Amino acid sequence: MRVRTMIELSRNNTSKLLITSFLAVVFFFMNLSVLSAQDDHSADAQEEHGETEEFNPGETIVHHVLDDHIWHFFDGHYGTLYLPIIAYSSERGLEMFSSKNFYDDHHNLVEYKGYSLEHGLSLVDNHEASVLDLSITKNVLTLLIIAVILVWVFRAVANGYKRNAGKAPKGVQALFEPVIVYLRDEVVKPNIGDHYEKFFPYLLTLFFFILFGNIMGLIPGAANLSGNIAVTLVLALFTFVITNVSGNKGYWGHVFNPPGVPGWLKPLIILIEIIGVFTKPISLTIRLFVAITAGHIVMLSLISLAFIFGSIAVGGASSLIVLFISLIEVLVAFIQAYVFTLFSALYIGMATAKTEHH
Amino acid sequence: MELLTPGSGLIIWQAIIFLALILILKKLAWKPIIQALKDREQDIEGSLLAAQQAKNEMEKLSSDNEKLMAEARMERDSMLKEAISTANKIKEDAKEETSSIAAKMIEDARASIENEKKAALTDVKNMVATLSLEITEKLVRKQLGEAGAQKELVEEYVKDLNLN
Repeated sequence: MRVRTMIELSRNNTSKLLITSFLAVVFFFMNLSVLSAQDDHSADAQEEHGETEEFNPGETIVHHVLDDHIWHFFDGHYGTLYLPIIAYSSERGLEMFSSKNFYDDHHNLVEYKGYSLEHGLSLVDNHEASVLDLSITKNVLTLLIIAVILVWVFRAVANGYKRNAGKAPKGVQALFEPVIVYLRDEVVKPNIGDHYEKFFPYLLTLFFFILFGNIMGLIPGAANLSGNIAVTLVLALFTFVITNVSGNKGYWGHVFNPPGVPGWLKPLIILIEIIGVFTKPISLTIRLFVAITAGHIVMLSLISLAFIFGSIAVGGASSLIVLFISLIEVLVAFIQAYVFTLFSALYIGMATAKTEHH
Repeated sequence: MELLTPGSGLIIWQAIIFLALILILKKLAWKPIIQALKDREQDIEGSLLAAQQAKNEMEKLSSDNEKLMAEARMERDSMLKEAISTANKIKEDAKEETSSIAAKMIEDARASIENEKKAALTDVKNMVATLSLEITEKLVRKQLGEAGAQKELVEEYVKDLNLN
């Protein structure tokens, strides 16, 4: 019996490995195709303008890492998803229309209803009025997709506990249970203590949101959601608010009346402590943003090498390196989700520690 | 530079959707999952504890059994010993009694034999006396039948008396 399950396991593992490597290869080639499409496309546009420019890797890479109002999958009539623009300005109120209106038949930017897209990225009012861009951008859409996936997956996990009550976990439940238990026993409980249960749902959501965002970002053509500074900033602000709202007497006492510090040194220490309160969310914001965005930039740069040199040999070599980096990026996806959750738990734990140790 | 400037629209969407996600997942997923995990862990812990208790009880029972056995053995030994000593005593007593009874019987027998002997002797004496008297009477009657004999006898008596 045991031997049979082991064989099945190893067979499963082999098939998983095959799938993973297949995905990595597909991922790589799709990246290539997306990039080359982008390249061809800009070359076309430039030819029409009567001037030929060199392939600009920096611009292409940054464009790929940033948010967008359209979702470009491949060239051709159906290759681009035009996302809805939602604009709010104090003068004209709320307006909603398709981003297709900003592009003409040759994919050149045009004005629409007094709005224009600057560099294809930021929505500006042509009359210099301030405008709030609430558009469903590529990142917002990805955000919604991740939210739906998270709810769908973890509802299935929760249902698994109802269905297999009193039995061993199965399927998706068995896949996530070790992660949840690990987070509880190794990350949340040791850092927060016995009253961890109040914060555990938030930290679980945080971990799986970042993890799914990171992994979604690795899918070719997908948005770089968790490498966007707005997203990481909001996540860090959630931790910041929870930390400081639930901060107890000991925590604030530590900030405004640091124990064991001579009187003349107190103003300086208090200043440092107050700065420390704010550097925590800033470090959280920047760490995740940099780790994910940098990974994307490295991969895109390596792929760009093929186009800069225009050589198959360089392309082959960089493909291998990108394949390797992609696997590292999968690791980074887990590590960064873990680190963000760990530090959030640590900050919350420090703010809610029941007894002060001196 | 766009890379480092957080877009206000995305901030708002992220804040709304993430907050909603926390609340939805908390209600739909995390609460039941955490509760189920906790229940299962308590279940396992309880089962282990019960098994340990059962084991301890078994151990206690077997040690009790042993103690009972030892007690029973001891009791048996003491009973045996007592029985043997009682039997010995009974034997001894019986022996003593038998010998005393025998002695008494012999004594009685001896006494009765003595008595019988005495009675027989007395009977014999009496019979001898009676016989002698009868013989004497017959003799006397025969001798005194002659006249001279009577006178002679009286004279003899008187002579005897004088002599005395």
